[in-house]
Amino acid sequence: MAHDHHHTNSAGADHGSTKSYMTGFIVSIILTVIPFAIVMNPIMSPSATLFTIVGFGVVQILVHLVYFLHMNTSSEQRWNTVAFVFTVLITIIVVVLSIWIIWSMHYYMMTN
Amino acid sequence: MSSEVLSNHAAHDDDHEHHHDAGEMKVFGFWIYLMTDCILFASIFAGFAVLSTAYAGGPTPKELIDLKLVLVETFALLFSSITYGMAMLAMYRGDKGKTLSWLAATFVFGAMFLSIELYEFNHLIHEGAGPQVSAYWSAFFTLVGTHGLHVTAGLTWMAIMMHQVATRGLTATNQTRLSCLSLFWHFLDVVWICVFTVVYLMGAL
Repeated sequence: MAHDHHHTNSAGADHGSTKSYMTGFIVSIILTVIPFAIVMNPIMSPSATLFTIVGFGVVQILVHLVYFLHMNTSSEQRWNTVAFVFTVLITIIVVVLSIWIIWSMHYYMMTN
Repeated sequence: MSSEVLSNHAAHDDDHEHHHDAGEMKVFGFWIYLMTDCILFASIFAGFAVLSTAYAGGPTPKELIDLKLVLVETFALLFSSITYGMAMLAMYRGDKGKTLSWLAATFVFGAMFLSIELYEFNHLIHEGAGPQVSAYWSAFFTLVGTHGLHVTAGLTWMAIMMHQVATRGLTATNQTRLSCLSLFWHFLDVVWICVFTVVYLMGAL
């Protein structure tokens, strides 16, 4: 019975359990070791390695959000998620557009 | 009898619920702060990405970055995340002693991370890659240093919380504070994933 009890805290967020923390922890270790290994002992071309480590980074961020920060799609958490999605949007705008603008400026200054 | 127990329970729950509402809003407010902190890091990352090849003839990260050290750093932070998780689970069980010992373990791992980072900074400056050398190293020290300052703030907060829990116990106020610190600490680990991928792994590529 006690085990079935769904832990929710004051913010409606999931508490998690020893099992969910350990799952997140073990998955994170794997997702950390592999990108370090392929950079320290290259087995692929640099561009393939680059895409792989970015992929592993994105997946590990999602693992941390779900298992450590307990984000989910429940209605109690809707505003946390809305704020987060908005932040991701702003982050992408700031980072991607900065890189785009500066690199194309660099490119046109070099060619002209 | 059972109805009496039930109504007692309900009354208690009501009180509990009411008390929790304030805590709930605080944790949500703290989450909003973390989102703005995320945008701060996004701007610094954008600056770093733009300056990622501006070595000005100085040393490059490929020559100087020691990935083994960064791997140990990463593991220190990862271990501190899981030990903080265990502290939170102990807190929900109402186990003050376990909460304190897991918090102490988290503090040790966090301090280990910070010591390695300071050692690395010292080493880089010694090797002639100080923040004044090129735009790249300025951006490097700004980005990694901002994360390090956040970890320092987290450790200070953690030391204060250990004192608070030791002297006043796991009160509702302390539980709310520990929940906020939990979000902060796990958030720093998420930022670190971006740092080791973008700065260290890509830099060593």
